[in-house]
Parts: sequence; C-alpha cells; structure tokens
Amino acid sequence: MQEKHLLGLEHYPAEDIVSIIDTAFSFREVLDRPIKKVPSLQGKTIVNLFFENSTRTRISFELAQKRLSADTVNFSASSSSLKKGESFKDTVQNIEAMKIDAVVMRHPDPGASLHLTKYVDAVVINAGDGTHEHPTQAILDMTSLQERFGKVKGLRIGIIGDIMYSRVARSNIYGLKKLGAEVILCGPTTLIPPHIDSLGVRVTHDLDEVLDWADAINVLRIQLERMDRGLFPSVREYRNLFGITSERLKKHKKEIVIMHPGPMNRGIEIDSSVADGKEAIILDQVLNGVASRMAILYLLLGGKPENN
Amino acid sequence: MNLKKLPKKLVLQGGTILDPLSGRSKKGNVVIERNKIKSVGSTGGAKGETKIDCSGLVITHGFCDVHVHFREPGREDKETLQTGSRAALAGGFTRVCVMPNTSPPLDTPESIRFIVEKAEECPVHIHPIGAVTKGQKGQELTEVQGIISEGAVALSDDGLPISDAQVMRLALEYTSMFDKPVINHAEDECLRNNGLMHEGEISTRLGLAGNPSLAEAIMIQRDLELANMIQAKLHVPHVSSAGGAANIRRMKKLNPNITAEVTPHHLFFNDQALLEYNTNFKVAPPIRTEDDRKELIKAVKDGTFDCIATDHAPHTIDEKEATFESAPFGMIGLESCFGAVNKVLDMPLKELLKLLTVNPRRVMGFEEDLFKIGCAAELTILDPAQEWIYKEQNIYSKSRNTPFIGEKLKGKVRYTISKGTIADLN
Ligand SMILES: [Zn+2]
Repeated sequence: MQEKHLLGLEHYPAEDIVSIIDTAFSFREVLDRPIKKVPSLQGKTIVNLFFENSTRTRISFELAQKRLSADTVNFSASSSSLKKGESFKDTVQNIEAMKIDAVVMRHPDPGASLHLTKYVDAVVINAGDGTHEHPTQAILDMTSLQERFGKVKGLRIGIIGDIMYSRVARSNIYGLKKLGAEVILCGPTTLIPPHIDSLGVRVTHDLDEVLDWADAINVLRIQLERMDRGLFPSVREYRNLFGITSERLKKHKKEIVIMHPGPMNRGIEIDSSVADGKEAIILDQVLNGVASRMAILYLLLGGKPENN
Repeated sequence: MNLKKLPKKLVLQGGTILDPLSGRSKKGNVVIERNKIKSVGSTGGAKGETKIDCSGLVITHGFCDVHVHFREPGREDKETLQTGSRAALAGGFTRVCVMPNTSPPLDTPESIRFIVEKAEECPVHIHPIGAVTKGQKGQELTEVQGIISEGAVALSDDGLPISDAQVMRLALEYTSMFDKPVINHAEDECLRNNGLMHEGEISTRLGLAGNPSLAEAIMIQRDLELANMIQAKLHVPHVSSAGGAANIRRMKKLNPNITAEVTPHHLFFNDQALLEYNTNFKVAPPIRTEDDRKELIKAVKDGTFDCIATDHAPHTIDEKEATFESAPFGMIGLESCFGAVNKVLDMPLKELLKLLTVNPRRVMGFEEDLFKIGCAAELTILDPAQEWIYKEQNIYSKSRNTPFIGEKLKGKVRYTISKGTIADLN
C-alpha cells in the first residue's frame, strides 16, 4: 500500500484500489466458511470513532474487525465527552494516548479525516466525512460490480439522485474513473453541484437516457430534509422524475443492475419490486462491505495483498 | 521588534523621501523634533544628533488600514487594542479603524468613547467604527450622531450584512447628514446559503458548501444603487469577486462618493489553496478563483479600488485547529500586508503607497499631508526590494491565524514612527 491512510479515493492510487478489491474476494471465501474468523489482525487495536450515527457502516466495520480477530473499541458522539464541550483535538489525542493502531472515523464535517491525521499516528480510515468522501463504500460498490460483471473497466455506471450532498457519489466517481468505468450523473438540477463535470463525468436530468445507456445504476438515498429546504418540491414529483420503478425499467429492453448504498426509502427513490428484484445486488453489497473492509483493514495494518 | 520613545530630535538620514500625496520623491533627510516634522529634504550629516541611516530605504507616510478587528471589548484572548497596535506597527501602519463587531458591539456613544479613551495609550492611532444597527441586528439604527460625536469615523455592521434594503437605505440617508461613510459587509445571506468557501470546482471536490460570487456582486450592486439614489457616502469593504469589482467600476462613474477596498489575501491567493482544508484560508467573503484574483488586481490598477485594507481578524489557535466547517472566518494580516501586496501587484511604488496611505486617509477624512512641516510624525521606513520569508516570529498579533506563514514576500518595513514611538523591525 502506497498510502498510510484511506481518506478518500480522489488521490488514491488505482493499483491499490485493485489490490483491495482482489483481497476482498479472498475474504469473501472466509465469510462463506462455517467458522468465519482469521487471526490476521490479532493483537491490533482499532477504534471506531463515530461522530455521526451510522448503524450500518459501524456494524460492517465492527464485523470486519472481529472476523480479523482485532480488538475493537466503539466510541460514538452520543456516549462521549463531546457533549460536554471537549474539543475534537482533545478527544482524538486522548484516544491516541491509548496506543491505537487504527481509527475508523465517521464525522459530519468534510475534511475531518484529513484533519484527524494531524493529531494521531494511527492509521486513519475515513468512514464518511460529511459531503466529501466515503471511500470504503465506493470500494465495496466496485467489488460488487467486479463480482457481477467480472470487471469494472469499460462499465457504464449511472449514479442517480442527490449528488450535491453525497459522499458516496464523490467517492464512486473517483474510484470508477480510476478503474476505467464511464460515469453519468442524473438528478434534479438543484442537487447537482456546480462544475461536477470537471471530475470527468457527464450530467443528465433525463432518467430514461441513463436507463438506456447504463450497465448498472447506483441509486442514492434522498434525504427528505432537502425537500424542506426547497431543493425539490415534493416526494411525488421526485419519484415521477427520478424514482426507479418497475414500470420505468420495463420501458427499456436491456436489464440493468441495481445498487443502493442504503438505507433505502422504499417507494421514493426505489420501489420494493426493484429493490427486491433479481437485478438488484443490494444485499451482495452488504456482504461485500464486510469483505472489502476486512481487506482494507488487513492491507493498511500490514498484511500483504492477495491475488486470485 | 524594538519599541522606543522618539528622542527629542531624530534625523532620518539619506533616504529616498517618497511623498505619496504629491507623487514626488527625492533623496534627503527627514528631521523630527519633539515628535513633529521639522524639515523634509535637507542633505548632509549633522553632528551629535540621534540619527537613523536610511540609505537604500524609502521614507514615506505611515500606512493606514480602514478595516481591522481588534476584538476589544470581549475577546481579549484573541487581540487587544495594545497587541493589535503592535501588529500594526510591525506592518508599517500608524493608523487603523477598528470594526464594531466586538462583544458587546460598539453600538452606543458610550462604547465608542471606551475605545477612544483606551486608544489614547496605544502607540498607533485607533479610530472606532460604530455599528449601523443596534446590536448589529440589522433592524434599528443606532444613535449615529452620538456615535460620530464621540469619535466614530464610519458606520458598519461588518461581519454581518445588512440584509434589509430598507434599513440600508435609511442608514445611508441618515448618515449622509454627518458626511461619514457607511460600510456594508456585502453578501446576500440567502444566496450565500451558509457557504464555507467559494462555490466552484474546488468546493464541489471538497464537499464544502459553496458561497457563489453572485452573493457578493448582487449585494454590492444593491448598495451602490441605493448610494447612488441618495448620493451618499458608501465604502465597499473586502471585495472578493470579479463581478463585485465590475459593479463598483461602473457605478463609480455615477456617484463620486463611492469608495472600495481589497484585501491582500484576496489579491494573493486563489481557491486552490483550500484543497487541504487549511482553516487559515477560511475568510468571509471567501477567496475565489484565479480569474477573480486577476480581475481584482486589474481593478487595483485602474483605480476601482481606493485602498488596501487587511480585514485583520484574529482567532485563537484552538478555534482554528478545528474542522473547516466549525472554524471561524478570518485571518490576521497587518504584519504581512506590505510584503504581500508589493510582491503580487507589481506596480510603481508611489502608486502602491497611495493605496496604503493617502487614499485610505481620504476615505475616512484623515489628514493626508504627512510631510507638512509641524505635522505629528507618522512615518514608515521600508525597503521595497527586500525579499523575505514570512515567519511566525514576524507576528506581533496575539493570534497566529494566517496562511502567509512560509510565503516569500517582497518589501519589508524597517521602522515605523507613530505617536512618539519608533518601532525598529531590524
Ligand atoms: Zn466584513
């Protein structure tokens, strides 16, 4: 691994992303065994530092750590001294003082994981920093695409929904472009950030165009509070324009793979019939999430890449 | 920096005396006696007198900054009138105007008097700017007459825009009775939309909320139109966008009472500098694109901007050692100002010095002729060619929040003479 930390994919080497994905497949085998545990990270201590609630990501990381036999400590903002006004710096320096090997952090502020690296010697893994990046999500998404298509290069991927406030979208764009996929973004004009085309992606507001073109679509969760801020007028209208429904998919001959980072708003951005349908790989994403995070932890904490 | 009382008589010997008011320069001595200008331009040495060898140096007016935040009263942990004065001296400034967004804000005649009285003991001239509205809430006008009669030189709610156009209209109308400028922090709050940096490619990549250029340009245009209707004195602070500058250039033709300032940091940096989330670049209005920066430089050169002002805004290390989102807006700027603008503007020294001396004094109605015989000595002695790296040890502010640390600057202040004190920066 060329980088000590995993803060984002924008500047992450493509070959290291490939190593992670390859290693993730090795760990997928472990997860299929009756005893799903390897001693790879025995004696290593990892802190899951969650300044923002995220049950899914935290559980996925925790499980990955347990499968690798690491010691883990969970620290969440609600149980912490942060409420008593302790600064971010004091909190993380306290944790550092306890001789930790890695910190997995979720934080509501963009750039928070880079900021963390200034105060700790431990390996930092970004589990989502505000609207900036969520690299482990993008890696698990790419692992799932690789599993399904046998490759990522040359794939046509549509990312649908709230691009503006999505760390998943940003990390996916960087990762997919690095591995040679084509990316198109689709969502309401008010949720597409300015100059996003500078990242080498196309933008459209016509969902049918994407459904005609794409091999797979990644459907993002729409935060309902965006509606209160006037970024889209109603759930009904959002669904009409960007909702992934069976009827809409049927208009297009070819079948496309459906992904969603969860948690889903069923009936809004995606219909149950689609989410539970045979083209959806949403539950594979969850399993690949554990395998990818095992690979990331293993490689960043000293393991060697495995190739199959 | 070494601060000393001026001797009874001091000869600044053999320098280039550059008078930014007349634009003329000549070699010679400046003699100061009992803190006043005694003679300008004599030559030769004098025996038995205290002198400073100024050969190779430029002797000029003390700089004047119409926009600083000295945090007193309320946040003396960040800066005080005394520590801010030292930062000013280190930057060649002998006169500054302090913004009223203190805690509590300077929104009463009594609070203005507090500053004026405390400023008497300080080694630079400090003029308070009074709040436009009570509590800087943007609603009811303060006692403008009382505030001005106690010594306020302008009115501003700086830090907070006056969002209500009717309040801004009333402020301009009412203040015009007293011939003082109103300064509005020009950002449309709705359009700014809690933006943390310039809205553009970089903000999109960093995932930081963007503040579009138009948030400034629209507000500036509103203020300019109101000032034009009333023919009132409006001073536009810290212009950051090409659009804002263009609006000022156009409207200045219609209203001679419009003045504007630009900061060293908006002239020096562009938004690429934020790629590492360095909170020292978090300022309001934000540092914008390279195109904006180039347009701001053009606007300095064609006279759209009357003066350079630092918007010196101290914050504690603890506050700035936070995530970009939670860190406060502002950077200090007095000490690095001259070396930064002299480097980046690349214009004739006498023109540049106007922007730091005569013009800001004109904006605020201060004495402009500082080489007049009998005038209290307010001088800056500098080496315009000296290249140097700005370091933490060059900072005299109580705070350290500046991204200029480590930057190579051109032009260094060597001595500042102000209020009977000489600051030796060698
Ligand atoms: Zn301001």
